[in-house]
Amino acid sequence: MKIAVCVKVVPDGQLRLDPQTKRLDRSGEATLNTFDVNAVEEALKLKEAGSDVEEVVIVSFGPERGLEAMRKALAMGADRVVLVSDEAAAGSDLVATSRVLGAALERESADLVLFGQQAGDSDGAVLWAAVADRLQRPLISQVAELSREDGKVHGKRQTEYGYDVLEAPLPAVIAVSDAINEPRYPSLKGIMGAKKKPQETLSLGDLGVDAGDAGEAGSRTEVYALGDPPARGDTVKLEDDGSAAEKIVQFLLEKKAL
Amino acid sequence: MKFLVFLEHHEAVLQKDSLGVLGKAASLGGEVEAVLLGAGVEGLAADAGRYGATRVHLMDDALLAAPLPQPRVDALETLVGEQDFDAVLFAASVLSADVAAGLAARLDAGLNWDLTDLAVEDGKLVGKRPELGDSVYADVGWTSEPRLALIRSGTFEPAESAGTVEVEKFESRLQDFSLAATMLEQAHEESQGPSIEDADVVVAGGRGLGSPENFALVEELAKALGGAVAATRAVVDAGWYPYAAQVGQTGKTVSPKLYIACGISGAIQHKVGMQGSSVIVAINKDPNAPIFEYADFGVVGDLHEIVPKLTELVRQRKAA
Ligand SMILES: Cc1cc2nc3c(=O)[nH]c(=O)nc-3n(C[C@H](O)[C@H](O)[C@H](O)COP(=O)(O)OP(=O)(O)OC[C@H]3O[C@@H](n4cnc5c(N)ncnc54)[C@H](O)[C@@H]3O)c2cc1C
Ligand SMILES: Nc1ncnc2c1ncn2[C@@H]1O[C@H](COP(=O)(O)O)[C@@H](O)[C@H]1O
Repeated sequence: MKIAVCVKVVPDGQLRLDPQTKRLDRSGEATLNTFDVNAVEEALKLKEAGSDVEEVVIVSFGPERGLEAMRKALAMGADRVVLVSDEAAAGSDLVATSRVLGAALERESADLVLFGQQAGDSDGAVLWAAVADRLQRPLISQVAELSREDGKVHGKRQTEYGYDVLEAPLPAVIAVSDAINEPRYPSLKGIMGAKKKPQETLSLGDLGVDAGDAGEAGSRTEVYALGDPPARGDTVKLEDDGSAAEKIVQFLLEKKAL
Repeated sequence: MKFLVFLEHHEAVLQKDSLGVLGKAASLGGEVEAVLLGAGVEGLAADAGRYGATRVHLMDDALLAAPLPQPRVDALETLVGEQDFDAVLFAASVLSADVAAGLAARLDAGLNWDLTDLAVEDGKLVGKRPELGDSVYADVGWTSEPRLALIRSGTFEPAESAGTVEVEKFESRLQDFSLAATMLEQAHEESQGPSIEDADVVVAGGRGLGSPENFALVEELAKALGGAVAATRAVVDAGWYPYAAQVGQTGKTVSPKLYIACGISGAIQHKVGMQGSSVIVAINKDPNAPIFEYADFGVVGDLHEIVPKLTELVRQRKAA
C-alpha cells in the first residue's frame, strides 16, 4: 500500500498580494502549509501502524523553490517528494490545479491520497473534491478521526449538523481536519537524512499535461480588481508589556462592556 | 442571466443559507431556478418557490438519501448538460463545497469561493471575495460558463416572496465511484451542553490554550464576566470541549455584546460565527494571526499570563 500526501508551500508570515499580477506575492520565505503537516503526520501514523504501508510520498504543485520547505515532511519521516513545477503553470486556479495534481497522482497511483484542511493562503478547503473527481475515487473530507481496516477507511467528521461517520473502500481520497493529530517535530537525525531522500521535480510535459491546460490559460476564473476592506472604527493592537490585562479592562470600561 | 441555486436540506427543512442565495439571485434579475436532490424531498420544492425560485429541478432517488457530495456531482452534471445555466450558486457548507469543487473538475468550470456578494456589472457577473484574512477585497469573475460560486455562510438573509413554483423532475445515472463512499452514521445535533447564543458575554478558547485542562482559564474569566464559554472547531474536533459550545461555520452563530477570543487564530470559518459581536477582544501570541484583522482590541501576548490577571481585575471591579 502506498500513501500520497498533497501539500502546498505557502509564504511564511504576513501574506500580501502583488498589485501587478493580482496574485499572491511568493517572493519571501516559504513554509509548508501548517494544515498539511497534519496530513503528513496522519500518513506516517498509518505507516507505523500498518506493516503493509510501503511508502509515504509527498506531492506538491508550485514554484521550484518549494522543495526546501517540502523537506520538512521528509525530515518527519516521509519517504520521497514529487514537486510539479513549471513556468507555464503560474496562476493556476482550482480547475487547472486539480488537473495538474490529478495527473501527478495518477502517475503515483497511491491507494490513499491525503489532503490537509485548507491552504493557509487561499482558504479554499475545496481542492480535494476536484481532485477526487478527476481520479474518480471516493472522497471523505474534514476527517477528525481516521481508521483503517480490510481495505476500507472510516472517517469521523464534523458538518453543520454534528458528527458523521463515513466509510470508503480504498483507493480513496481523504482530507483531514487540523485537529486529527499532534504532528511530531522532525528529529535531528530526520533532518540530516532528509536531504538524501529522493526528491523529484516534474514539468507539465513530464506529466503529459498541455501547457494550455495549466496556468492562466487553463484557468476559468479571473481577478478584476483588488480593493481595501470597508473601513472599520478605531481598532487597537498592542504588545503585552505586562499591563495588557489592565488595558483590556480600561477598554471594556470605555466601551461600557464591563 | 439564468441562475441555478443548489438547495441544501437537513431533516426535511431547506437550509437557511441556500434560501438566502435564492433571494440574492432573484434580486439580480433574470431567471432563478433551483435544484433539489434527495430522497422523499419533493415537498420542499414549494418552500423554494416562496423564497424566489420559479422552477425546481428535482431528482428524488433513494441513492441520494445520504448527504454525500459525489452522486450530487453526477446529478448536476446531467442537469447542467441538458439546460443552459449561466451560473450555479451554492451556499457554502461542508456538503456544498465538495459538490461545487467536484462539479468544477467535472465540467472544467471556474469556481470562485468565499464570496460575500454578487453583482451584475456591465452584463457581467462579478463576485466579491475578501482574501487574506479579509484584509483585501477582490472582484472576481469567470472566463467560461457555467460560472460556479460558493457564497460564504451567513451572507444573505432569506427574503420571502409570493411566488409559485414549477417542479421538473429529472434523472441521472450515478457513477460507481460516486456511490462508493457511504454514510455509516449521520450527523444529528448534540443539544446537551452550554447555551452560548443568548449570552451577552462570550469568552472563547482555541488551541492556543494548549490543553483541555486550560479551558479552566476561559471558564474562570467567563464566570467573572457573567458570560458563557465558547470554543473553536479545532478544540472541539480534538475532544477538548463539547460541540454545543462551538462557534463558526459548522457551529453556532453568536452576536454578544462582548466576545473575547483567547488563543484563537481567527480563521474565516470561525469569524462567520462571531463577527456580529459588538465588541471583539483578542489575545494571541502571533502578531500575524488573522483575528487581529477584525478585533476591536487586540493584544499580542501569552494568554497564560494575561487571562488570569484579567479575571482577577474583573473580579475586583465587580466586587467594588
Ligand atoms: C468547512 C470548514 C468548516 C469549519 N468550521 C469551523 C467552525 O465552525 N468553527 C471554527 O472555529 N473553526 C472551523 N473550521 C476550522 C478553522 O478553519 C480553523 O482551523 C480553526 O478555527 C482553528 O482553531 P484555533 O484558532 O483554535 O486553532 P489554531 O488555528 O491552531 O490557532 C491557535 C492560535 O493560538 C495562538 N496561541 C498559541 N499559544 C498561545 C498562547 N500561549 N497565548 C496566546 N495565543 C496563543 C496561536 O498563535 C494561534 O493563532 C472549519 C474549517 C473548515 C474547512
Ligand atoms: N498546489 C498544491 N499542491 C499540492 N497540494 C495542494 C496544493 N494546494 C492545495 N493542496 C492541498 O489541498 C488542500 C486544500 O487546499 P485548498 O482547497 O486550496 O484550500 C491543502 O491542505 C493541501 O493538502
